[in-house]
Amino acid sequence: MGVTFKVYNDFLIVNLKGELDHHMARMVSEKLDEYLMRQSFKKILFNFKQVNFMDSSGVGMLIGRYKALQKIGGKVGAINVGKQVARIFEISGLFNIIPCFNDEIEASEKM
Amino acid sequence: MEVLNEMTIDFWSKSQNEAFARVVVAAFASQLNPTLDELADIKTAVSEAVTNCIIHGYENETGIIRIKSILRENEIEIWVQDWGKGIEDIEKARQPLWTSKPELDRSGMGFTIMENFMDRVEVESSPGKGTIVKMYKTIKNKK
Ligand SMILES: Nc1ncnc2c1ncn2[C@@H]1O[C@H](COP(=O)(O)OP(=O)(O)OP(=O)(O)O)[C@@H](O)[C@H]1O
Ligand SMILES: [Mg+2]
Repeated sequence: MGVTFKVYNDFLIVNLKGELDHHMARMVSEKLDEYLMRQSFKKILFNFKQVNFMDSSGVGMLIGRYKALQKIGGKVGAINVGKQVARIFEISGLFNIIPCFNDEIEASEKM
Repeated sequence: MEVLNEMTIDFWSKSQNEAFARVVVAAFASQLNPTLDELADIKTAVSEAVTNCIIHGYENETGIIRIKSILRENEIEIWVQDWGKGIEDIEKARQPLWTSKPELDRSGMGFTIMENFMDRVEVESSPGKGTIVKMYKTIKNKK
């Protein structure tokens, strides 16, 4: 379980690794807050490549980020979303507010 | 329907145990030979119920969470129980997007996800006494 950050153009890519439940979501939120304190970004991209499980705690975390960025005119996106995670995106309506792309290249073109 | 197997586990309401609970129930459910999708559904529903015990039932204090599961011919039954705060209005709690803790980045989708991933979800609760969520799923993959 872990999170690493990568800057790509004007994007902050948040590479998630593990099962995005309440336990992990809390850790990710803390680390992300720490990172954003040092440098702010208007575009955040969550990379789900190494996430094969997410529950409503992940949904809450993503909506929280979406709202925070909306306030400053920013955007949140997701890449490499797998099957189980996609079902959660669908049921919770996340697909309507958080655009999903194949990779950061497509995201940087369209977001 | 004949009961094939049954198990009960008690564990502390620590967030590390969310993953533990998912894995235990999935391993038990494997005896019914479910598909990977069915297993993913079960793990997701268990995760929601256990997380609710930790965040809402015990509000991050230490308490005991009990999971009981029963296997039948082609069905799994899972109970997730806490002895915490309880729910005042169950009908309202089950509605999509309703949460009593919006300040904590909760989306109010837990029950909706359980209902989507399982065939049937029953909730019994009384304020000050605790909550039991009972979930049922048919396992179709019988060769
Ligand atoms: N075990 C429980 N003990 C006490 N209250 C509970 C319990 N489970 C659920 N609730 C109540 O029901 C509400 C709805 O639960 P639900 O899981 O649908 O949403 P949530 O937990 O608030 O948000 P999310 O699951 O999306 O993170 C909760 O906000 C809480 O008030
Ligand atoms: Mg919940």
